[in-house]
Amino acid sequence: MADPMRIRAAVDAGGVTEVKVLMSHEMETGQRRDAAGALVPAWFIQNVTATHNGKTVLSAQWGPAVAKNPFLSFRFKGAQKGEKVQVTWVDNKGDKRTDEATIA
Amino acid sequence: MDTGRRDALKTGGSVSLLALLAAAGWLKPGEAMAQGAWNKAAFEAKSMPDAYKAMGGSPAQSKDIAFVSTPDIAENGAVVPIGVTSSVPKTEQIAILVEKNPNMLAATFDIPAGTEPTVTTRVKMGQSSNVYALVKADGKYYVAQKEVKVTLGGCGG
Repeated sequence: MADPMRIRAAVDAGGVTEVKVLMSHEMETGQRRDAAGALVPAWFIQNVTATHNGKTVLSAQWGPAVAKNPFLSFRFKGAQKGEKVQVTWVDNKGDKRTDEATIA
Repeated sequence: MDTGRRDALKTGGSVSLLALLAAAGWLKPGEAMAQGAWNKAAFEAKSMPDAYKAMGGSPAQSKDIAFVSTPDIAENGAVVPIGVTSSVPKTEQIAILVEKNPNMLAATFDIPAGTEPTVTTRVKMGQSSNVYALVKADGKYYVAQKEVKVTLGGCGG
């Protein structure tokens, strides 16, 4: 199991929640070669979904060009302080991880 | 190694059909939400026209798409912050493409109602290149670009 994500979510005076997510993932492109000259197989996050109260607030598809230990931030309306935001990623090996954060 | 390349060449002929099918399926919101939905054809496209085709259409230039917190010069190509804000009404989707990467498409984001059409992430860039922000709004496609110079490439070291 991969390391946990670091998620911060905060709602501002206008009712907009800003979510910042830092994931822990190699994001190997499949273009690199190791010391022996063999291609390092691609290993990267393909799908990211963020939900609030069961409703999807952002879904993303990623390619290997997203940087190692990916960072993502986005903003959505309709959440209250104290509620939870969940973020799930799935990589191309089928590994997945879900973490949640309380909106501050 | 070589067999892999042969296979890739052999299947090359059917890629355009796959691209169309994938694009058709991908445009239905229900399927885009499904876990594991991934637009393979678009992510494997090796030219801008192919990437556009796989994503569903050719975009029109727009002044309503802005890059935020995106540097003019990135010191490290392995970590280039890219932020995109769209003020096109009814923005449904934002995609980030890097022209001179081996595969142009870096990421796509589906923006449901209630979510602001602004996303920030970090991408890898092999060399200095134009970065494109593609926005789908109300079924139409729009694009804006920004040149980002890279001092140290992010691929292969």
